[in-house]
Amino acid sequence: MSPAVMRLRGLLRKEMKHVVRDPSAMLIAFLMPLVLLLVLGFGISFDAHHMPIALVADAPDQEVRGLIQAMDASPYLSVQRAASVHDAEAALAAGRVRGIVVLRADFMQHLTRSAAWPATAALEVNATDPNTAQILTGYVDGAFEVWFAGQSQEQRLRAGGGIDLQIRDWFNPELRSADAIVPGVIAMVMTMAGTLLTAGGVSREWEHGTMESLLASPAHLGEMILARLGCNFALGIGSMLVSLLLATVLFHVPFRGSLMPLVIAVSLFLVFALGWGLFISTLTRSTFVASQMAFLTTMMPALMLSGMVFDIAAMPQWLQLVTYFVPARYLVSILQTVMLAGDVWPVILPNMAALAAAATLAVTGTVLVTRRRLD
Amino acid sequence: MLRRILALMLKELAALWKDPRTRRVLLIPPLVQVVLFAYAANYDVTRVALGVWNEDSGAQSAELVRRFAASPAFHLAAAPQSPAQARQDLDDKKVAAVLHLPQNFSADVLAGRVAAAQLLVDARRSNTALLLQGYAADIVTDYRTDLHPSRTPLVLLSRDWFNPTLESKWFILPGLVCVLSMIMSLLISALALSRERELGTLEQLLVTPLRPLEILLGKAMPGIIVGMLDANMVIAAALLWFRVPFRGDLLLLEAVLVLFTLTGTAIGLAISSIARTQQQGMLGVFVIASPMIVLSGYAAPVENMPPAVEFISRADPVRYMLVASRGLFLQDMTLAVVLQQAWPMAIIALVMLAVAGVMVRRAVA
Repeated sequence: MSPAVMRLRGLLRKEMKHVVRDPSAMLIAFLMPLVLLLVLGFGISFDAHHMPIALVADAPDQEVRGLIQAMDASPYLSVQRAASVHDAEAALAAGRVRGIVVLRADFMQHLTRSAAWPATAALEVNATDPNTAQILTGYVDGAFEVWFAGQSQEQRLRAGGGIDLQIRDWFNPELRSADAIVPGVIAMVMTMAGTLLTAGGVSREWEHGTMESLLASPAHLGEMILARLGCNFALGIGSMLVSLLLATVLFHVPFRGSLMPLVIAVSLFLVFALGWGLFISTLTRSTFVASQMAFLTTMMPALMLSGMVFDIAAMPQWLQLVTYFVPARYLVSILQTVMLAGDVWPVILPNMAALAAAATLAVTGTVLVTRRRLD
Repeated sequence: MLRRILALMLKELAALWKDPRTRRVLLIPPLVQVVLFAYAANYDVTRVALGVWNEDSGAQSAELVRRFAASPAFHLAAAPQSPAQARQDLDDKKVAAVLHLPQNFSADVLAGRVAAAQLLVDARRSNTALLLQGYAADIVTDYRTDLHPSRTPLVLLSRDWFNPTLESKWFILPGLVCVLSMIMSLLISALALSRERELGTLEQLLVTPLRPLEILLGKAMPGIIVGMLDANMVIAAALLWFRVPFRGDLLLLEAVLVLFTLTGTAIGLAISSIARTQQQGMLGVFVIASPMIVLSGYAAPVENMPPAVEFISRADPVRYMLVASRGLFLQDMTLAVVLQQAWPMAIIALVMLAVAGVMVRRAVA
């Protein structure tokens, strides 16, 4: 056995002992994905249901009953009558209802008489959350259309001809937000697990003064980095398997592509994340600063800039450029495509190339920084 | 007692401040994050790539395509000529939606028959898909109304309160105030005790005249101070740079924020008192912070969560602070409603301080 292999085996054994002695590595690799997927998968949902709205109708009950039924029939709305506009507005301001529908006394008359002007209903929405406000408007609009379509033949004829827009949602026909979010959460878990696994290790050696003894040993720099990466890589792959299992079994996210491109992509990404953790902890030499850096450079960017929750195409141009430096973005794109659409190579390959570049950069950076620190 | 706490507090602040790298970590990242995330957090759907597959050569279909192209929500990116091509463009993410107009579209419109148009949407991103459908339906409805103005029997006028132009930034920045200050107070306090324990100085601290409660209070101050500092940096950026309106009482917001950062610090200290090493403390923060942020309603509404998850989110202080912050920024929330948000935070803070106290006392024994 060559001395290099023996040294590497020794280093690997040292790293394994760290893992076994301190439960935190196991917790990072297996408990954290579990907690994060459960919480984020259930927590980030844009699937609104039973949004409370108040109805203020001056029109007689029997005329608007059908409309109330149409709105109540929608799983997205839950209607309650309010006595006056004043009451309804108070409920809106206190957050008890999301919106108010106001029907004037002459609403039905306008609708039934062949008047030159249309019957008008008013909708007031609490837009503190603009996204939900827009979705609510869409659903109320839809309920009105359903109700109107069920009205007498005579009225519908008067509306005449027109255009019918049929909408088909591909890849995710029920628009379940879990299908869109969970692949993103896996990317977030991999970022955090990968970086955390290595971020604490090196700085601890510096703080405890054991780094000097390690450096004085015959082990080469590359071997030390390789041993550290290799040991944690195995853990990282383990946490990927936990995440994938949860995604498909618990959240019923479809898996339309094949496992191979996914494993390659995650492996590349892991090398990046582990390398980044090493880079940070070598650069800072202090667990406190390293943990702050690890936290600030992984979790929030993965949540905000990866395209998982917020559409990258809608960001300003300069910020879209910034997202190219967030490797989670490439992984999110691959995961969403492989899981929901299939093996679409024109999407997968460029993203994979970017991940490979990020991995190379992180490892090279670590080697350079460690070498400089030795002088 | 006060003098002892003050002394410990000064020692903690000095320990934070003396290291230039720590100093930078405390101030620069929050500022960078405010700018990046305020611009990133955008639910608006603009200039989405649209493919148009128009089999009709009439004026009416051309007019509808023109209206889609003129809308700020879409821009024309491809013109597939077959179902296979449309599918390919969607698969490759070249377009986010394809508008399909069949051969007899214009003829149907002219004859007063129902003309069928089809919109194929890439729903991998479900939220974008939902909003996109709304915009498409609006364009079609407008066109229909313009074609037959007298035949439109029903109009729904909607008005958006508190945020009439539906600015995403008005929603996200008041949330960022809470999230960033929570992260900072958590991070600072979570390593406070575990560092002393790992380096073996906790015993030294315990043999000083300081009682466990005093140690906790002294250790809590830096987290509160830095959390407040970061919160106010975000508030300043929101008001001066992003021009988010502030309709409530600023002093009231500051008062709730003090309670909130105390809660964050208490959670951090509880983690710190359980962790044996700094790495464990850091891990604790990672595991607890992301659920706290996500379950708070920062990115998606609390009401959308399944009942069990919604129940868990009641133990999340960020959830209450978010309601107070958004309410005070956008709609002049009353003191009574703010107090409803404040008492659960106070309870969480007390429970967490008690946990930390018990754990520190156990370290003495």
